[in-house]
Amino acid sequence: MSEAAIDTSGMKVTDEVVIEIQHMHKWYGEFHVLKNVNLTVNRGERIVICGPSGSGKSTMIRCINRLEEHQQGHILVDGIELTNDLKNIDAIRREVGMVFQHFNLFPHLTVLENCTLAPIWVRQTPKKDAEEQAMHFLSKVKIPDQAHKYPGQLSGGQQQRVAIARSLCMNPRIMLFDEPTSALDPEMISEVLDTMIELAQEGMTMLCVTHEMGFARKVANRVIFMDGGEIIEQNEPEEFFTNPQSERTKLFLSQILNH
Amino acid sequence: MTDVTEQNYPPGKHPSLPPPRNMTGWHVWIWKNFFGSITNTVLTFLSIFLIWQIVPGALDFLVFDSVVNAGSRAECREIADGACWAVIVERFEQSIFAFYPEEERWRVILAFILLFPTVGILLFDGFPARAKLMKFTIAYPFIAGWLIVGGWGLEPVSTDKFGGVMLTLIIGVTGITLSLPIGILLALGRISKLPAMRIVCVAFIEFIRGVPLITLLFVASTMLNYFLPPGVQFDLLLRVLIMVTLFASAYMAEVIRGGLQAIPKGQYEAADAMGLKYWQSMRLIILPQALKISIPGIVNTFIGLYKDTTLVIIIGLLDVLGIMKTALADPKWNGLPEEVYIYTAIFFFVSCFAMSRYSLYLEKKLHTGHKR
Repeated sequence: MSEAAIDTSGMKVTDEVVIEIQHMHKWYGEFHVLKNVNLTVNRGERIVICGPSGSGKSTMIRCINRLEEHQQGHILVDGIELTNDLKNIDAIRREVGMVFQHFNLFPHLTVLENCTLAPIWVRQTPKKDAEEQAMHFLSKVKIPDQAHKYPGQLSGGQQQRVAIARSLCMNPRIMLFDEPTSALDPEMISEVLDTMIELAQEGMTMLCVTHEMGFARKVANRVIFMDGGEIIEQNEPEEFFTNPQSERTKLFLSQILNH
Repeated sequence: MTDVTEQNYPPGKHPSLPPPRNMTGWHVWIWKNFFGSITNTVLTFLSIFLIWQIVPGALDFLVFDSVVNAGSRAECREIADGACWAVIVERFEQSIFAFYPEEERWRVILAFILLFPTVGILLFDGFPARAKLMKFTIAYPFIAGWLIVGGWGLEPVSTDKFGGVMLTLIIGVTGITLSLPIGILLALGRISKLPAMRIVCVAFIEFIRGVPLITLLFVASTMLNYFLPPGVQFDLLLRVLIMVTLFASAYMAEVIRGGLQAIPKGQYEAADAMGLKYWQSMRLIILPQALKISIPGIVNTFIGLYKDTTLVIIIGLLDVLGIMKTALADPKWNGLPEEVYIYTAIFFFVSCFAMSRYSLYLEKKLHTGHKR
């Protein structure tokens, strides 16, 4: 990732609300993980979520595509409410792509098969079209030449880029990133972040749990700080980093920035 | 370590060199494996001594002093005092077909020959025109069943005429092909989120696993008649097939459950996040990986089941072991247990070894680079 400022002309936040979380609570057994979370995301927003471990940031974005179930409150994605109705869950999952910390590629399938699986089986795309599209996105993440290898033969950075391409093949309207660079060797982080920046420049709505503050400054239009299952503070990146409001945020920032 | 010719290269320019000469080659391998340490050397000489003690005598008995053409045990003994293979020669056909009528045996042979392309199509993905021929593998059980049992234009043969290798193969192949899918369903049921499904599967698996196969076979041969409405005749062989299949399925379910548990949670989550439905993610993502991990256990269960088929002797069915034991009771051949049991053992060993080799081949083929 170069230090130069990036072209932000493609990043436009619209008025259209794509995710709405209202008074959301979640418990793991007796443990209250998410407490009264309220969040509205407009199309085109790039939101970075940070906070200490155990603060509920991953759990929150995993609630958005129902990998975790919330017990109280409402979550609306693209106007569809997440309930126990499988039809709604399926509809939302088709529109929301997700990238995981540990990539979660399917090790028994080639890179290309990883990318075409969901389009073929979920969207009923003909195999040939799905492969063409997969090659398009693999070129975009700059690894078309690895298409016929198995994930186990790639480096961590390459695997994570495949995972991003795999999500993009479903043409999602929203992308969730759950600590996408935390499991990578330092020299591979930037290739993944570059891919994510490119995605942001094309106007993708992104929610990203990460501690890459350089990425947050460059790309995010909003940074959210969570602690103890609550959203403590949210602001534009410049304001957030230079002028944090709460003591908790100040402490957190001093810990991750000054070492 | 011998010649330290340390050359100097500038940093970052050191080439990859071949290993020192005394590290590779067959003589190094022999030296390391047979004489590498005092223990190894002692064991090597001990093994050579044992081989020298056992092998010549065994070869004399099995090959050099053996008799192939003779009419009875007494005749054998007159010719030489090695193994009397004549008993196997005389009983060979019976060991395969048992009491199956002689003029109809071509049907069994045909069914047996057809088994090979079927197995080939199923097991080797390089088989020519495999996708089209898959239909044939589905039809095979019906074709084979029709050929062997008869009806629809063929002379019907009662199942109590079945026995020998043929019976072993019928029970073994049926049990193996049915226990895998049933085992998969039971394993998925056992880890299902639906409590009712889980309880039913756990109860079934634990009950079947908790009872010896012999008990189940007795149930099949005697008690099942009490449960069925009077007048309903249920073929004994069919009952045995059901029991053996259920027994193997319970074991199979646990083997596959082990494989399912080894799949990281992330695989399920990735499949979910992509919008795949339950059966899609099981079929496309989870099971291919879980089954691959379970191959050694699955084949283990197959081999166990295959050898357990000899237990049917207890309810009066004569499998290959049972039919050969009748030869021992024949006054003409009385007193030749070694020959008979060696023959039976070779038959089982060849079948089981083939399964074991196939499992290794499959493991190698499905290996896709290093695990993350």
